Amino acid sequence: MLGFLFQRVLQAAAVIVVMSVVVFIGVYAIGNPIDVMIDPAADQKLRAALIARYGLDQPLVVQYFYFAKNVLSGDLGESMVYRLPVMQLILSRFPATLELALSAMVIATVVGIPLGIWAGYRPDAMSSKVIMGLSVLGFSVPTFWVGLLLILAFAVEIGILPSGGRGTVGTLFGIPTSLATWDGIQHLILPALNLSLFKMGLLIRLTRAGMQEAMSADYVRFARAQGLGDGEVIFRHVLKNIAIPIVTVFGLEFGSTLAFAVVTETIFNWPGMGKLIIDSIITLDRPVMVAYLILVVFLFVVINLVVDLAYGQLDPRIRTRGAS
Amino acid sequence: MTGEGRLARFAAFWDDYRQSWIAVAALAVVVLTLGLAFAAPLVAPQNPYDLQALDLGDARLPPGETGSAGYVHWLGTDSAGRDLFSAILYGLRISFLIGVLAGAFALVIGATIGLVAAYYGGRIEALIMRIVDLQLSLPAILLALVLVALLGQGLGQLVAALVAAQYAYFARTTHGAASAERRKDYIEAALSTPLPAGRVLFRHLLPNALPPLIVVATVQVANAIALEATLSFLGLGLPVTTPSLGSLISNGFQYLLSGRYWISIYPGIALMIVVVAINLVGDQVRHVLNPRRSR
Amino acid sequence: MSALVVENLQTEFVTRAGTLRAVDGVSFSVEKGRILGLVGESGSGKSVTGYSILGLIEPPGRIAGGRVLLDGVDLIALKPGELRRMRGARVAMVFQDPMMTLNPVLTVGSQMAMAVRAHDKVSQRAALARARDALAVVGIPSPAERLEAYPHQLSGGMRQRVAIATALLHRPAVIIADEPTTALDVSIQGQILAEVRRLADETGTAFVWITHDLAVISSLADDLCVMYAGRVVERGPAAAVIAEPAHPYTAGLLASVPSLHEPGTPLPQIPGSAPSLGRLPAGCRFRDRCTRADAACTADPPAVAAGFDREVLCHHPLVRA
Repeated sequence: MLGFLFQRVLQAAAVIVVMSVVVFIGVYAIGNPIDVMIDPAADQKLRAALIARYGLDQPLVVQYFYFAKNVLSGDLGESMVYRLPVMQLILSRFPATLELALSAMVIATVVGIPLGIWAGYRPDAMSSKVIMGLSVLGFSVPTFWVGLLLILAFAVEIGILPSGGRGTVGTLFGIPTSLATWDGIQHLILPALNLSLFKMGLLIRLTRAGMQEAMSADYVRFARAQGLGDGEVIFRHVLKNIAIPIVTVFGLEFGSTLAFAVVTETIFNWPGMGKLIIDSIITLDRPVMVAYLILVVFLFVVINLVVDLAYGQLDPRIRTRGAS
Repeated sequence: MTGEGRLARFAAFWDDYRQSWIAVAALAVVVLTLGLAFAAPLVAPQNPYDLQALDLGDARLPPGETGSAGYVHWLGTDSAGRDLFSAILYGLRISFLIGVLAGAFALVIGATIGLVAAYYGGRIEALIMRIVDLQLSLPAILLALVLVALLGQGLGQLVAALVAAQYAYFARTTHGAASAERRKDYIEAALSTPLPAGRVLFRHLLPNALPPLIVVATVQVANAIALEATLSFLGLGLPVTTPSLGSLISNGFQYLLSGRYWISIYPGIALMIVVVAINLVGDQVRHVLNPRRSR
Repeated sequence: MSALVVENLQTEFVTRAGTLRAVDGVSFSVEKGRILGLVGESGSGKSVTGYSILGLIEPPGRIAGGRVLLDGVDLIALKPGELRRMRGARVAMVFQDPMMTLNPVLTVGSQMAMAVRAHDKVSQRAALARARDALAVVGIPSPAERLEAYPHQLSGGMRQRVAIATALLHRPAVIIADEPTTALDVSIQGQILAEVRRLADETGTAFVWITHDLAVISSLADDLCVMYAGRVVERGPAAAVIAEPAHPYTAGLLASVPSLHEPGTPLPQIPGSAPSLGRLPAGCRFRDRCTRADAACTADPPAVAAGFDREVLCHHPLVRA
């Protein structure tokens, strides 16, 4: 098990290094950041001094080395727009995004998995067909458009929920969160629902497919032959089997939910990381873009690692192989 | 394969396909919208890109009002005085163009990469598929976002960004089908003869990857359209002078809260109908082509 | 008294091509402590018969008629809940592939305990104790340790023993075994067969042993039912049927079994292949492949007595009473 863990951590580290090279080359090698920082008509001496100061006269490999060294010490540079350390900027926005993404995942799971179980258990029922139709809508209709509709319906027409912003942020168990105040929760409902719909559609389909496959498996037939009722068959036999792919996708999708928050945050004016990256792309604030990308890649890799380990814990066939 | 054999297979496919009336309706919608988009200059009462034809006095007219040009704006006008019905038809044109272009390039590039990986095997395969998997684990929207930011705005750049974000799906699908076939004895046998590699690739490996590729291609065209609309909505897609559906929705967003819903909503409905219809078609094609399906 | 009586069982499947009757009027009975071999080629309806007895036929399949009497109670007439209480408790089933019948993500103990508690409201500890005892009964060494194991940690033969032990948990009157040794090595197969014989004798459980393998069943079963295209074509004591088959189909099957065949002479085969359910010939369903068939065979064959407690469905049986 330790060897397995070590190997996976090593792989994850390798991926992060490779991605940081790609991001570095992608963002820094295209165009000269100095041209953005100072007036092109500025004094050549000042220009040369700045180039030397940022190490831009060094070979790309050396530049990358400095860049990596800074990143490792937690220094991702300074935002050209906000004139703040990028790390501080991103971390200040991170809780809002995390809160949004987590709420969306919870909604998607709590609604999606039971619906998927039902649709897989009774695939020919009318209700199942309606569920499947909605799931197609859920993951094919663009998120931003659903967000618009939600605003139009609940904020403009019915007028019971706010159309944007994060509302009052309170503290819950020492963590600042919108969930601590009623106003905050009201502000969270629409964006979280919006962000959850895609995942919900996905989870419904995944759960249904797993359910249908498992229900025709021999072990289900055997369990029935022992006199187990449908409830026991589903909740004690089938769920544990289909949990494996669901947990995998759930974990992987959590990362993409963080990324997809870009769209939802823009629509609902949610002050998270996604809003920050859009603003930085529009203003060409390169340090912020780089930092955001590296952070997202890092999160993805960590999530993948956690999913892999969880996978092993859920599937005894892998667990024992890792142990031996 | 003979022409007749193909025809018979297509007839069998269609026979299965039309079992779902929803899928047939979706196909009809796709064909209809494609036709409307193609014929936009003939159908639309106005050319929304011709700035001379626009009259700011017509801006933000509600649906059903008659504008200064003397015809009824059935879907209203946007903030620049564009007839929304015309703008939607031209927007559909751009959306389809981008979707099909991005889908086709991603298909060709992705399928080639997948085939090459499956054919050579070993280290080359491992390296290629590692990269593909890594890319697949990152959401397409993020990649497209960054690429558009780096490449700048414009149709070509947008398509390039979409292709780069989507080719990996095709590569993974092709590799999966082709490498399963690659391991079969007859391919090993074909490879041990002095047949050129290309023949094996295109005669044996590619045809086996085709059914899943068709499904992925359908869905990816819809995804490209949705992704383009999302990028345009975020202000990173096409310039406002050539409005796609996404930028039309984006332009109308600021008026949504003041009750001028139509500027955003109608282009959005058009977008939704197209994307959902293509997805439904893809779903049914997947269902029909699924080899594990019980009849 | 018979442990299980099946009367005129009919099971059909509704498909796009029409309604197919996979089991068409099957009747047989098994006595307490006896083993009945239900023999046939794949597609003969023998497995569907087994599933029908337990009411495990899923749509688009359905039981169209007949009776399944277990201690005088008709299982087909029971409500779903009542049938569920019979399954596992009074009649149990063992399946072909032991790799697939045990849930891969649950331990042997938790699966077996679940089966115990499906019928008896006992504690988990008591249920596990019963599971352990059942494992010991089927000859599994150190059963307490095996309870902690996951199925993939056991060999195929061991898994099939676990499945049989699970079926035995509630001492059912009847166990339906659907090709339970087909997926196993020959040596393991022999051990299991010996174990089953012993269990039938010691516990009084009646077995319906579904198989395509006449060689295996000839050494195990007390009685035989030979099925062809959804019907029982011959029925009788195993020794008599094997020594002197009455139906041409049974004779053909026996002649093509290598181990029952004289070495050095070519192995005869039954010509042709089993008809598909959608295209059954009228009258005797075997007539297209039968060397004794004539014009009479286009009419439905009569059930003819072929000796003590023997019956054959044929116009021209090889043996008559």
